[in-house]
Amino acid sequence: MMKDPFGGIILNIAFRMLVPFSVVYAVYVLILGESSPGGGFQAGVVMGFGIVLARLILGEDTVQFNIQAKNSLALAGFGTFIYALAGWLTLFGGGKFLDYSFLPFTAEHAHELHALGILMIETGVTICVMMTILNIMDVLVRRSEDDGSVQ
Amino acid sequence: MRGFVITVLALLTGLFCSSVTYLPTIGNPYSVPNQHITPVYIARSEIDTGSPNIVTGTLADYRGFDTMWETTVMFLSGLTATLILSKSTVGRRPEKEDDYE
Repeated sequence: MMKDPFGGIILNIAFRMLVPFSVVYAVYVLILGESSPGGGFQAGVVMGFGIVLARLILGEDTVQFNIQAKNSLALAGFGTFIYALAGWLTLFGGGKFLDYSFLPFTAEHAHELHALGILMIETGVTICVMMTILNIMDVLVRRSEDDGSVQ
Repeated sequence: MRGFVITVLALLTGLFCSSVTYLPTIGNPYSVPNQHITPVYIARSEIDTGSPNIVTGTLADYRGFDTMWETTVMFLSGLTATLILSKSTVGRRPEKEDDYE
């Protein structure tokens, strides 16, 4: 964790406004990635940006955004696992790997299952990208704090 | 060994550079992938995947397996960056005292 906020009061107040918008926009990009430009990778990057910004602004008091380094590493792997789980679910449903028509859920039409599958894998990708970014930031901050090069 | 690696790399670079001229130009409608697979994707994407977005349909549905390993590669590269950057000494070669810093 950064011990101190990174800028003066003007930068902190200005960037504070960006945080909720970027997180909401990330969820929007994720949910509508199936029918509009966007998708899991972009949503993950925007959400990671929001959380990194929140950490930079809040400094040490970032209780809401406090994801430990070991948890973020595990969650990045968990995102990848969600993706693979979608493939395994279609296998258990009787189809080929990642053939979303065979997801073991009930839906009226096959393309609803496809939408569900696409949403599932994009959620996995989002979690993976976001947690990887947070993880790299955590490591960098801890390293520079150990060196004493950050005041 | 080093000279051998350099020779192989130089040969491969020359091979790749010389094969660039045989690639079809970008956007050529008569190139092989544009002849059979692109029209199928454009025509059947919405029916097959249920997504009105052809890019998402291709990325997440037709090429879902590719995207899965893409995600895995990204996770692994992030993991590697973390391991390199972190100050943890688990599994590292022991350093001498005077080599430190």
